[in-house]
Amino acid sequence: MTLFTRTSTRWGAAAAAALLIAACAPGGDDDDAGDAPTAGDVQTDASELGDVTLTVWDQEVREGQTEQIEALNTAFEEAYPNITIERVSRSTDDLRTTLRLALSGEDAPDVVQANNGRPEMGQYVASSLLTPLDGYAEAYGWFDRFPESVRALASYSEDGATYGEGELYGLPQMGEIVGLYYNKTKLDALGLEPPATTEDFEAALAAAQAAGEIPIQFGNSEPWAGIHEFGFIQNQFSDAETIRNLGFGRPGSSWMSEDNVAAAETTVSWVDSGFFVDGFNGVSYDSAWQSFAQGNGVFFVGGTWLVADLTSAMGDEVGFVLTPAGASGQNLVTGGISIPWAIPANSDAQDAAAAYIDFITSSEAMTAVTEAGNLPVIEADQQTTEGLQAEVFDAWAQAGEDDLLVPYLDYATETFYDTITAAVQNLMGGQSTPQQFLETLEAEYTAATGS
Amino acid sequence: MTSAQQVATPVATAGTPRRRGRPGEPRRVAYLYILPAVLVFALFILYPLIRTAQFSLYEWNGLGASTWVGLSNYQAVFTEPQLRGAFVHALVLIVFYAVIPVTLGLLLAATMSRAVLRGLGFFRVVLFLPQVIPMVVVAIAWRQIYEPQGPLNDVLRFVGLDSLARPWLGDYTWALPSVGIVGTWVGTGLCLVLFLAGMARIPRELYEAARLDGAGPLREFFSITLPSVRGELAVALTLTVIAALKTFDLVYVMTSGGPGTETTVPSYQVYNNAFLLGRVGTATALAIVLTAVVFAMTVVINRVGERGQR
Repeated sequence: MTLFTRTSTRWGAAAAAALLIAACAPGGDDDDAGDAPTAGDVQTDASELGDVTLTVWDQEVREGQTEQIEALNTAFEEAYPNITIERVSRSTDDLRTTLRLALSGEDAPDVVQANNGRPEMGQYVASSLLTPLDGYAEAYGWFDRFPESVRALASYSEDGATYGEGELYGLPQMGEIVGLYYNKTKLDALGLEPPATTEDFEAALAAAQAAGEIPIQFGNSEPWAGIHEFGFIQNQFSDAETIRNLGFGRPGSSWMSEDNVAAAETTVSWVDSGFFVDGFNGVSYDSAWQSFAQGNGVFFVGGTWLVADLTSAMGDEVGFVLTPAGASGQNLVTGGISIPWAIPANSDAQDAAAAYIDFITSSEAMTAVTEAGNLPVIEADQQTTEGLQAEVFDAWAQAGEDDLLVPYLDYATETFYDTITAAVQNLMGGQSTPQQFLETLEAEYTAATGS
Repeated sequence: MTSAQQVATPVATAGTPRRRGRPGEPRRVAYLYILPAVLVFALFILYPLIRTAQFSLYEWNGLGASTWVGLSNYQAVFTEPQLRGAFVHALVLIVFYAVIPVTLGLLLAATMSRAVLRGLGFFRVVLFLPQVIPMVVVAIAWRQIYEPQGPLNDVLRFVGLDSLARPWLGDYTWALPSVGIVGTWVGTGLCLVLFLAGMARIPRELYEAARLDGAGPLREFFSITLPSVRGELAVALTLTVIAALKTFDLVYVMTSGGPGTETTVPSYQVYNNAFLLGRVGTATALAIVLTAVVFAMTVVINRVGERGQR
């Protein structure tokens, strides 16, 4: 009898504890922290804000990027001695995993770099964790400084459901496109020009292979590189509108369309032809571009964030062009903006944060970005550059003028990154057919868009 | 029965001066002694555990409001091929993390404790060394060893085994065993040291007696050495099996679960779902299942270990 009582008391206590805890469901309190400021409220003179410590979380860890953000931080602190910047710098992956917790905490950072796709910025906006910047944009004149196409990439409706329009949630510092790097010396030796069409490109790949060179250097052990490689091929087969619909997760397109089938089949045929470096699924992204920089490989599909690193490693030996034009006849290029700078809703120094963002995206900042070897998102045509950087700037300018930019494919849904990275690895590793590959993507796309 | 009542009734008898325990010691004070430990335990282990269990019943992206979904997250753990696959991979890893190191450790220890070996200390240190290197460092080093143009393939090509050279971590068949081998490399030293300690305790006389009875080295091993280190065996298995089930660092650094999903493991999926995909419910359900599996395995191993000692 005693035993029975004892056990039941214990269970009772456990149940009571469980009930007590269950009373508060996770994430239940959906309070709208910090209302959006209007232009009239904004104090644009940061020196009037009193003593402020500004906590800034960034992911500028590559060679040229650290250099320029540190220079800008110093300049900002000199201009506004009342503001102290506390910089927390992490790799893209680390930032991405810690930001979630940081944003929802009471003691949130004041400025963060939040990736603009649905898996990150989209979710943060939907949960009211970022401050809409429209009020600041009006006060600081950001609407004039940044063209619509750039702002759209960091704009969401208030519920986070619509991407590409609505309110502005972040400002980027740099532009980025994933184009084609080539080794000038090797291309000259092959007697070839940088390829402008898919035909040229395939001919160049075959010629490189015949000459015993590695046609395309590639590393896909961190699987995101595969998104760039597949996007690069897809750009040569689909038209811009289709890719934009798929990328932004808008209803109305299909992964099963003829052009996507062609892109997937071409990807496989390039793998089968040995156009990619052997064992790419076991090579890391960094060792791939470093290997390319050391002269292994004629081509490398990569983003403009490598400009500073590749310039210092290869000097004049490296060139850059937009994606070759295929069926669409246009040199469509994947890209957009670097990870935008946003203000958490729980930040307690939002005015200073806005002043900081204004400062690091100003004309002077764009010059600093250029000097550090990077591609400024605006005013690129006003900078003086040479070598690889000049080629990248030209490509960027052309992409802007001819409306060639298409978004990254992983923006599509909240979990598309996981789906497409594994799917591309499986496709390129010969584990799934083009049909299976596209069906995987189609299933998630249709489920998310309801089309 | 009396003793059970003594423990069970202190609250009921509170306030009464009547003492039924041994004289001179108020029983209730005992609870005060363990109170700090209980508090720490409750705060840092029990509370998170209960919260985790609670989260696993909701669909929640970690940021906004959550929806009650009952047991459907658990259903996902057992039905979604990706999540189920992670557990299959963990089972494969148990072979590499636990079975092989324990076997190797036993063999090495038996050999080392029998033979009069010059520089025994040196070998012990070398074999134990992987234990003290941080796993992330281990993972980075091995990732380079496994690279398509890395040392392992260089050696294979050098000795003429070109056909065996491959991108180990990018190969659909070999990626998981390649990760497993690293676990073997790390775990063997620990097992060895444990078994050496156990074998050092065995009285020499036993072996002498066995030898007089005409037992050979094999017979000695199975009749004396193995039964004597049964306790160490249980410890080694517990540690290595748990290490296999909770593998995260090696997979995170070496393959990110790739190629495709060939090397995903439960802990990696917990991390991936919770922090990258924003599926906190699924992640916590997975964590609870993983905890249950670890617990069950530990109980089984220790039962088997104890039974032998009686």
